[in-house]
Amino acid sequence: MPAVSKGDGMRGLAVFISDIRNCKSKEAEIKRINKELANIRSKFKGDKALDGYSKKKYVCKLLFIFLLGHDIDFGHMEAVNLLSSNKYTEKQIGYLFISVLVNSNSELIRLINNAIKNDLSSRNPTFMCLALHCIANVGSREMAEAFAGEIPRILVAGDTMDSVKQSAALCLLRLYKTSPDLVLMGEWTSRVVHLLNDQHMGVVTAAISLITCLSQKNPDEFKTCVSLAVSRLSRIVSSASTDLQDYTYYFVPAPWLSCKLLRLLQCYPPPEDGAVKGRLVECLETILNKAQEPPKSKKVQHSNAKNAILFEAISLIIHYDSEPNLLVRACNQLGQFLQHRETNLRYLALESMCTLASSEFSHEAVKTHIETVINALKTERDVSVRQRAADLLYAMCDRSNAKQIVAEMLSYLETADYSIREEMVLKVAILAEKYAVDYSWYVDTILNLIRIAGDYVSEEVWYRVIQIVINRDDVQGYAAKTVFEALQAPACHENMVKVGGYILGEFGNLIAGDPRSSPLVQFNLLHSKFHLCSVPTRALLLSAYIKFINLFPETKSTIQEVLRSDSQIRNSDVELQQRAVEYLKLSSIASTDVLATVLEEMPPFPERESSILAKLKKKKGPGAVSVNELEEGKREGGELNGGGDRGGDSSAIAASNASTPSPSADLLGLRTGPPVTAAAPSAGSLLVDVFSEAGVNDDGFLRDLEPPTESSDSLLAEGPGDSDSAPPSVVSEDPAPPLPESNELLNKFVCKNNGVLFENQLLQIGIKSEYRQNLGRMYLFYGNKTSVQFINVQAKPVEPLIEGGAQVQQVINIECLTDFTEAPLLNIKFRYGGALQNLSLKLPVTINKFFQPTEMASHDFFQRWKQLSQPQQEAQKIFKANNAMDTEVLKAKLLGLGMALLENVDPNPENFVCAGVIQTKAQQVGSLLRLEPNAQAQMYRLTVRSSKDTVSKRLCELLAEQF
Amino acid sequence: MIGGLFIYNHKGEVLISRVYRDDIGRNAVDAFRVNVIHARQQVRSPVTNIARTSFFHIKRSNIWLAAVTKQNVNAAMVFEFLYKMCDVMTAYFGKISEENIKNNFVLIYELLDEILDFGYPQNSETGALKTFITQQGIKGQVRTKEEQSQITSQVTGQIGWRREGIKYRRNELFLDVLESVNLLMSPQGQVLSAHVSGRVVMKSYLSGMPECKFGMNDKIVIDKQGKGGTTDDSGKSGKQSIAIDDCTFHQCVRLSKFDSERSISFIPPDGEYELMRYRTTKDIILPFRVIPLVREVGRTKLEVKVVIKSNFKPSLLAQKIEVRIPTPLNTSGVQVICMKGKAKYKASENAIVWKIKRMAGMKESQISAEIELLPTNDKKKWARPPISMNFEVPFAPSGLKVRYLKVFESKLNYSDHDVIKWVRYIGRSGIYETRC
Repeated sequence: MPAVSKGDGMRGLAVFISDIRNCKSKEAEIKRINKELANIRSKFKGDKALDGYSKKKYVCKLLFIFLLGHDIDFGHMEAVNLLSSNKYTEKQIGYLFISVLVNSNSELIRLINNAIKNDLSSRNPTFMCLALHCIANVGSREMAEAFAGEIPRILVAGDTMDSVKQSAALCLLRLYKTSPDLVLMGEWTSRVVHLLNDQHMGVVTAAISLITCLSQKNPDEFKTCVSLAVSRLSRIVSSASTDLQDYTYYFVPAPWLSCKLLRLLQCYPPPEDGAVKGRLVECLETILNKAQEPPKSKKVQHSNAKNAILFEAISLIIHYDSEPNLLVRACNQLGQFLQHRETNLRYLALESMCTLASSEFSHEAVKTHIETVINALKTERDVSVRQRAADLLYAMCDRSNAKQIVAEMLSYLETADYSIREEMVLKVAILAEKYAVDYSWYVDTILNLIRIAGDYVSEEVWYRVIQIVINRDDVQGYAAKTVFEALQAPACHENMVKVGGYILGEFGNLIAGDPRSSPLVQFNLLHSKFHLCSVPTRALLLSAYIKFINLFPETKSTIQEVLRSDSQIRNSDVELQQRAVEYLKLSSIASTDVLATVLEEMPPFPERESSILAKLKKKKGPGAVSVNELEEGKREGGELNGGGDRGGDSSAIAASNASTPSPSADLLGLRTGPPVTAAAPSAGSLLVDVFSEAGVNDDGFLRDLEPPTESSDSLLAEGPGDSDSAPPSVVSEDPAPPLPESNELLNKFVCKNNGVLFENQLLQIGIKSEYRQNLGRMYLFYGNKTSVQFINVQAKPVEPLIEGGAQVQQVINIECLTDFTEAPLLNIKFRYGGALQNLSLKLPVTINKFFQPTEMASHDFFQRWKQLSQPQQEAQKIFKANNAMDTEVLKAKLLGLGMALLENVDPNPENFVCAGVIQTKAQQVGSLLRLEPNAQAQMYRLTVRSSKDTVSKRLCELLAEQF
Repeated sequence: MIGGLFIYNHKGEVLISRVYRDDIGRNAVDAFRVNVIHARQQVRSPVTNIARTSFFHIKRSNIWLAAVTKQNVNAAMVFEFLYKMCDVMTAYFGKISEENIKNNFVLIYELLDEILDFGYPQNSETGALKTFITQQGIKGQVRTKEEQSQITSQVTGQIGWRREGIKYRRNELFLDVLESVNLLMSPQGQVLSAHVSGRVVMKSYLSGMPECKFGMNDKIVIDKQGKGGTTDDSGKSGKQSIAIDDCTFHQCVRLSKFDSERSISFIPPDGEYELMRYRTTKDIILPFRVIPLVREVGRTKLEVKVVIKSNFKPSLLAQKIEVRIPTPLNTSGVQVICMKGKAKYKASENAIVWKIKRMAGMKESQISAEIELLPTNDKKKWARPPISMNFEVPFAPSGLKVRYLKVFESKLNYSDHDVIKWVRYIGRSGIYETRC
């Protein structure tokens, strides 16, 4: 390369630059630049042609101005002119200007390309190199289009100089990276691979970069490079430090080339050819051996170069993961580095060991360094090194050392850097769970974790504790005791309160025997934290309180007091308010049995992958935790939380309660529906609790809401006969006569919508229904009370069979077309054992179900009353009371009828007056009702007036039975 | 309130740093330097908010003055204070430059102690300050204790801007009306926007505690008087009166009197001060008219012809006339021909600068130039910045006239007639631009 002689120095440029450096202010600088630009413009414009030197000088100045951040919009032509100069310096400046300043869509690109082509074919190596550098520096698609074909030719041509070959290889690499589709290697592939054999080390170094990149895309085409690379590597490794002359760097032969070779080999699996493999293993051993040798120089460059090769070799060993001997040696070598003075080395050693730990061959070897690593975690000054140490601890953890590692990590967590705390917390949580043999230890660990680093404990972590505690009977008592103790600390983290609230709500009874943790003490402890918590936590605590009411009836009054207080029941947060109101109602209305059912202990959670792992995965991104480790975690998690199958009845329960969706996750899975109006008629049977609307809803936490199995069809007042389009079966098609008691059954439902329609020793049929205007929907629940299957159940085709103890749900949609008197029939047939059972029931659909309550004032009422004065519009009945004449009960019944109960209408306050409109598809029937009880005679007089005579009669009949 | 005040040189080195409140940390100094002075893009807003801290800065030549606060202060007050601070410093040591600030840093700290107290601006009247902050320290010690105690009562008293017992052999008074006229005109000669901002600057050398009354041809005052007087008089004076859009006064002016009678009466400070500032936008006399003619001949040539016409009484002479004609960024050569004055292409400013020493009213002059252009790669069109102009004329373009300035001093025996009064009008160009 011709040296730049003194005479070529550009004085004008130097003066200009020093002028600018001396400028006192930005304004002065701009002025100087403007002046210079004007000067250059006038020079370029000038009629006499500039000589090469001045052209170069001015282009240089423009370049300098551009690099200062000013726009340059002229002088490109002059720069292109410089390209065709024969002087090296002028050409160099021209290329420099173009690679810095010319954008790809310039008109000049054609000229430039032409100049580059000329240089490429010039046979002058310096010019060729300049041109290649320019192509690589611009590296645009246009450049690739123009020269992608040319460069490989130069690269493999026999007569190309070495330096040009180097440039060509790197230029091609650059073009390949920008537009891989344009660089087609095809025929050149093998010749490029053979560049690895080139005499010139520089060419090999350049070529290997290209080959590494290409082979990542098409590994097969470049497979042959493996053996070449191995032989090249072995030649370098075995050479004495003086053999390679220029390419020996501080006594290390060709360190860059060695690293690149090792990296290339990492793109491929271990060589299959035994000889090659043997040679490679030999090389790796030599490298490991050399690491043990005393250093040949004290210079840091020497050890850096040596270690670079060593680490690259270790990565290759880890990549192959097939040579236990080498792996162990690598691990020992890294172990030495762990105590090295150099921080960088320690960092690298920890990082490599992390990957080593996942290999089965070296896992044990890695474990021997646990003390050192723990020490590193505690004493390292650099946070990034500590981070690596934490990673390594996580990677080397297994059953044998889990307790120690978790304890160390926990103790470190107290002083850990904020940046890595969250990750540390996740890791501790995962390890504790993964390797927990003793669950009390697990609970202790996690609670400690929350205590130490509560802010960094994500939702997933404490969800997981609760899942595990719920699913494991053996730790529940211990967990309750521990959280109780933990909560006693004066300052608790909110996450601790959450866990505490949940666990005490579920299992507080397990420790209630101890007077120190009596129910009231527990409650007061929880409530003392209440006011310091955020809304979701408060909601959770409210749920815990209602569970307390169930667990410890003696706390009921205290808790109700709390719920009733203004701060709860009038809370501005709608969720809290709703919970307070509903829980208060639930606790005051429902009987203990209902409470016990509703607030039953949470069923075990279904098995699933630990959510914490997913979180860690998300945090670190793929690759940080190896896949197979994750799977292991999943498997272990499976063992841990064994059991917990949900019974089939959950479907019905879940289905019955899709009410009041709430925005925040309900952890207790406890949510009341609308206030309980109808108490379950006969509590006790497990099936019955379905019918009280406050069922256990379990869409909380981690349960998916299983879609209920339902078959719906439209039915109304059609006779039962046509509802039997059953699949071909052996059963006779005739419907059985309605049961004698079905009328009474029907009467039960005049004033209420839910309840048990029918029950015998085999079958229970429950009903839940809702009506709006002339439409209704009825859910029928068929419950098998026996332990045997019913086969071929036919109502309207439901499920073909009902499992023992199971329930099947059927939905009936009802539309009221016109008024009616007879209730529709429901015909049920099923096989029990061998016997065919045939049932016919009246569906509790009566005309009053379609009442729309109408509020009206006193004089309106009497006006209407008078309007309906025709004799057939009125129906009256005087009858004796069947039940005690309790005003409240009467009111409830009349309300259940569906009409509006009008207060202060009748002059006699004893009397009841109601108004409503029956909605049918055909018409609307207004109805008025008056009930006059006579307490002394225990008699009632009921008068119904409506615009249709049949309706009046029917209503009168229906109602007479009710009182 | 102001939390601190920093002065930087052009490199961003801190020359003066005075912190008044604890909420301003030491890093505020660096924050301003990094985010404003050394900002990658020039910061054009005078108020910058960095990390909940507000910086108000002004620039004097190469010096940055920045007031800093964490509170929600009145920004106008802060800037008024900064300008006042500049005035005070100029009054003490002349031009504000890095050199001067370095040489007077003790004085500056002393001043800062006095004019800002816990961030609240105090008396910033130069005359008053000079009585107790003196540059020649030794000389000050000559003062007797009595005089020193007087300082306190005077500075904190009702008339803080003037001390008692001033005596002059000759009672003299100088009044300057300084106006700058701003204009933006379309190429066709349509006025797009024009306003005059003026100042009335006084230099008074009067004995005792005189009471002054200043009168000018303010439209409201004239109309009021016109109603009382004869009808033809009001018609005549109405023509000459001017409508003042808004005005501000020196603290010595009795505002209550101005509000009620619109008369400007005051006890003047001793020495030089600015009595009032005002702004007018109507009936402005434009001293010059610029008629540009720009023709593009092909891609490589531009012909420019500019005519200026003076538009005032022929007896008056305008001075320091300078016309600046911007040239395109790719100018490679310029030929200029002008009849009068000197014209030159200044490459460093990308403009042709045409200078005329003086020019009488109702005259006309012309310049023509041929600009050669270099073809560029970019197809960006030249933005054609407006032609700007500088000048100085001996009249007030707003039409303001001083009607009287009366001096009353009851205790000492000199009357209004004994005072020698000088009045001078100077109209300068502000931003005086014509689009081309």
